[in-house]
Amino acid sequence: MTDSFSTSLPAPDGSAPDGTATVPEPAFLDGNAAAGPLRELFTVDLTAAVGTCASCGDAGPLGGVRLFTQAPGLVGRCPGCEDVLFTLVRSERDTYLSMKGFTTLRFPTAG
Amino acid sequence: MALISRGFSGRPRSDEPDLPPGQYLTSDFPVLSAGPTPRVPLDTWAFTIVTEAGERHSWDWKAFRQLPAEDLTVDLHCVTRWSKLGTSWRGVSLDTLLEDVETAAEYAHVRSYGGYTTNLPLEDLLDGQAWIAFEYDGEDLAPEHGGPARLLVPHLYLWKSAKWVQGLILTPEDEPGFWETAGYHIYGDPWREQRYAGD
Amino acid sequence: MRWQPAEVSAVHAETQSARTLTLRVEGWAGHLPGQHVDVRLTAADGYTATRSYSISSAPAEGELEITVDEVRGGEVSPYLVRDAAPGDAVEVRGPLGGWFVWSPDSIRPLQLVAGGSGIAPLMSMLRARAAAGSTAPARLLYSVRRPGAAIFAAELERLAAPGSGLEVTYAYTRAVPPGWPRPAGRVDARLLAEAAWPADRSPDVYVCGPTGFVETAADLLVAAGHSATDVRTERFGPTGSTS
Repeated sequence: MTDSFSTSLPAPDGSAPDGTATVPEPAFLDGNAAAGPLRELFTVDLTAAVGTCASCGDAGPLGGVRLFTQAPGLVGRCPGCEDVLFTLVRSERDTYLSMKGFTTLRFPTAG
Repeated sequence: MALISRGFSGRPRSDEPDLPPGQYLTSDFPVLSAGPTPRVPLDTWAFTIVTEAGERHSWDWKAFRQLPAEDLTVDLHCVTRWSKLGTSWRGVSLDTLLEDVETAAEYAHVRSYGGYTTNLPLEDLLDGQAWIAFEYDGEDLAPEHGGPARLLVPHLYLWKSAKWVQGLILTPEDEPGFWETAGYHIYGDPWREQRYAGD
Repeated sequence: MRWQPAEVSAVHAETQSARTLTLRVEGWAGHLPGQHVDVRLTAADGYTATRSYSISSAPAEGELEITVDEVRGGEVSPYLVRDAAPGDAVEVRGPLGGWFVWSPDSIRPLQLVAGGSGIAPLMSMLRARAAAGSTAPARLLYSVRRPGAAIFAAELERLAAPGSGLEVTYAYTRAVPPGWPRPAGRVDARLLAEAAWPADRSPDVYVCGPTGFVETAADLLVAAGHSATDVRTERFGPTGSTS
């Protein structure tokens, strides 16, 4: 992971776009990238938890969801059906977390 | 108290008197997106207004483009704190689209291709304040900026100007859209810095 | 998890555009190979910027290394690559992420696929593998633009010494070294078939790089029979919008 405010994607080898006229897809990252903001809220790591999508029933680790970060908040989408799994919005005063796209989240039981 | 990193300045920031509070000026046009970019072929595109009585007013691309359009130059204010001044658009005024729509509804719920939604008072769409824009800077509106057509309501934060707009549902109650449900302000006036739900 | 003060204790140029920074953090208990840290920089006027960086070092107490490739026009990476000097202060939050991690206890074959500076978390895995004396056979497919752009090239050569159980294959996308057997080109199905563990060996697979690279490589791996759930990915690109 590294920072970028580029509005277009780098070429697949990591180089800068070379002027080819392709429409840039909005960049998404893996759910891993939400680990920090989520660890501000939870005492356990959420990215290893397995979530089940309320829309299509696919299950997978939060670390593997599609995370849209170039937005007013973080938006996690199901890699299977692209429906919204969670949103995270932070202001200086409050943090808003919605998990309504999950039917369940499975964690290893502690102890 | 945060630790200061010596020599770090960050992106250029200025207190421009002409900008809403907490905004900085940008010259590029950042692409923000909460999801994948929908590709909407013009032959299946339609813009539809549904009233509280269930009455539908619909325009396909051809009918939409036959409506009178206007050129406009407006300032954009994104809640992620960038502002872009003097942007040029061409679009159809919502006054034109709502002209023959009979409604007593006070709110509009905006729906987009791809599933995005937002909400605003109907009166904010009237009186030359809002357009369905289909050109930016003299060119067809690119998909990443909301093409074929997007809502443009420049007096509110830009998340209200729904990209890939598909239609309006006119409702008696204000129903929060995507970001309004996720923690952002129900109205979103940049000059009153209405960013988050509690602002 | 709280932000902790960190001191830049050393900097090391890796390539023309990439640099490794050693961060000393009091009470840092180490990390799992593959994890990242969030780094926060604060300007004199209170303005802050936060970015995520993979940890490239082997787990160690009290310090970690991040390897940063400069993004032109970026806000944080130019500071870390050009300006930050030993003694400077940043803040870190971490270690983070429990999914894109590899355990040196794993006995399955290890398949790593890196694009550009996506080598960073995979390097942590290879360093941890060597430090732990792991016998898990490992293969790294590393895509870079041209020979000089490879980060950690000399160390990778040492780590892949005969008997190490590690094989490193480079894919050069723009320019190849003299006498290289393949023309310049991107990772494709044929190269994967030659250089990566076949799916029937059930390797642990980690892919890291820019979004487009990861997308392509992960698709190719799944098409080659690897289970999508075994292919762990770490895309990098824009982050930090909620910070």
